Amino acid sequence: MKKDIFKVGGQISKSRLIVGTGKYKNFKETAKAIKASGANIVTVAVRRVNILDKKKPLLTDYLNPKLIKYLPNTAGCFNADESLRTLRLAREMGGWKMVKLEVLGDKKTLYPDMIETLKATKVLVKEGFKVLVYCSDDPLLAKELEYLGASAVMPLASPIGSGQGIQNKINLSIIIRNAKVPIIVDAGIGTASDATIAMELGCDGVLVNSAIAKAKNPVLMAESFKNAVISGRQSFLSGRMKKLFNADASSPFKGLI
Amino acid sequence: MAKIQLNGRKLELNSKYSITALLKKYKINVKKTAVELNGRIINRNKYELIYIKNKDKIEIVHFIGGG
Repeated sequence: MKKDIFKVGGQISKSRLIVGTGKYKNFKETAKAIKASGANIVTVAVRRVNILDKKKPLLTDYLNPKLIKYLPNTAGCFNADESLRTLRLAREMGGWKMVKLEVLGDKKTLYPDMIETLKATKVLVKEGFKVLVYCSDDPLLAKELEYLGASAVMPLASPIGSGQGIQNKINLSIIIRNAKVPIIVDAGIGTASDATIAMELGCDGVLVNSAIAKAKNPVLMAESFKNAVISGRQSFLSGRMKKLFNADASSPFKGLI
Repeated sequence: MAKIQLNGRKLELNSKYSITALLKKYKINVKKTAVELNGRIINRNKYELIYIKNKDKIEIVHFIGGG
């Protein structure tokens, strides 16, 4: 069998699990959970430096960007211009070209504004960014992002941070079937089995934050996600059995006493 | 004296400050941050050459945890 390689934004990633770094109790817990998850790409946000508190710990003190790949995001941006500004600043910080674009359209559902997302994708690709795009699970818009040059298309499973799991398997399957770029399920994953289901559907990767950070034991949950993603991928590659309407005995009837 | 806005806070600088000097004043690591001056991103190599003027709006950002 051919070696199973996950390549995104032109780079090979050891793990198909991308982990967010938000919502943890502290940076120590963040670092421990990331290590347990086996992820080698983590999402990070760009925010103002706290100029009043000079001793505040920094994320970079706990997660070395030389050892783990930072994927700057545009969380909190509600239009194309804000997200472009954020990612240009991120690039200035250390040459980050691979980025996560996330343009929100609604404060309550954090549903993506796809019109602004498409606009921003176009500009970022032109500027040489490798863009991983958080998007709705609309198959046509997912394809459009691919046409515009997105490095990966990242449809939501359900609203960000909701933990509702995969709500539209059909759409996700159509997106996967049509795609020529990696499809990574982003947002809404609630527990490890959700990640397995995503991988069994044929997703190339999964992006998880809240499900790990908000678990009672985030470090153990991170390890659980590591296994869940590996398991789901292996299951997908194995090719599942056909579903039958009636039973089919596993022990032969022949030779029955 | 320059009245400026730094990360959304109004401040007064009593003497002449370059961006390098401003970062030093607030003990900000040059390598872990990016600076935007009046909406324009400033290249790190130019920090020493650019001096803060009255009414300047400065944003200094870094990475924090996020999903």
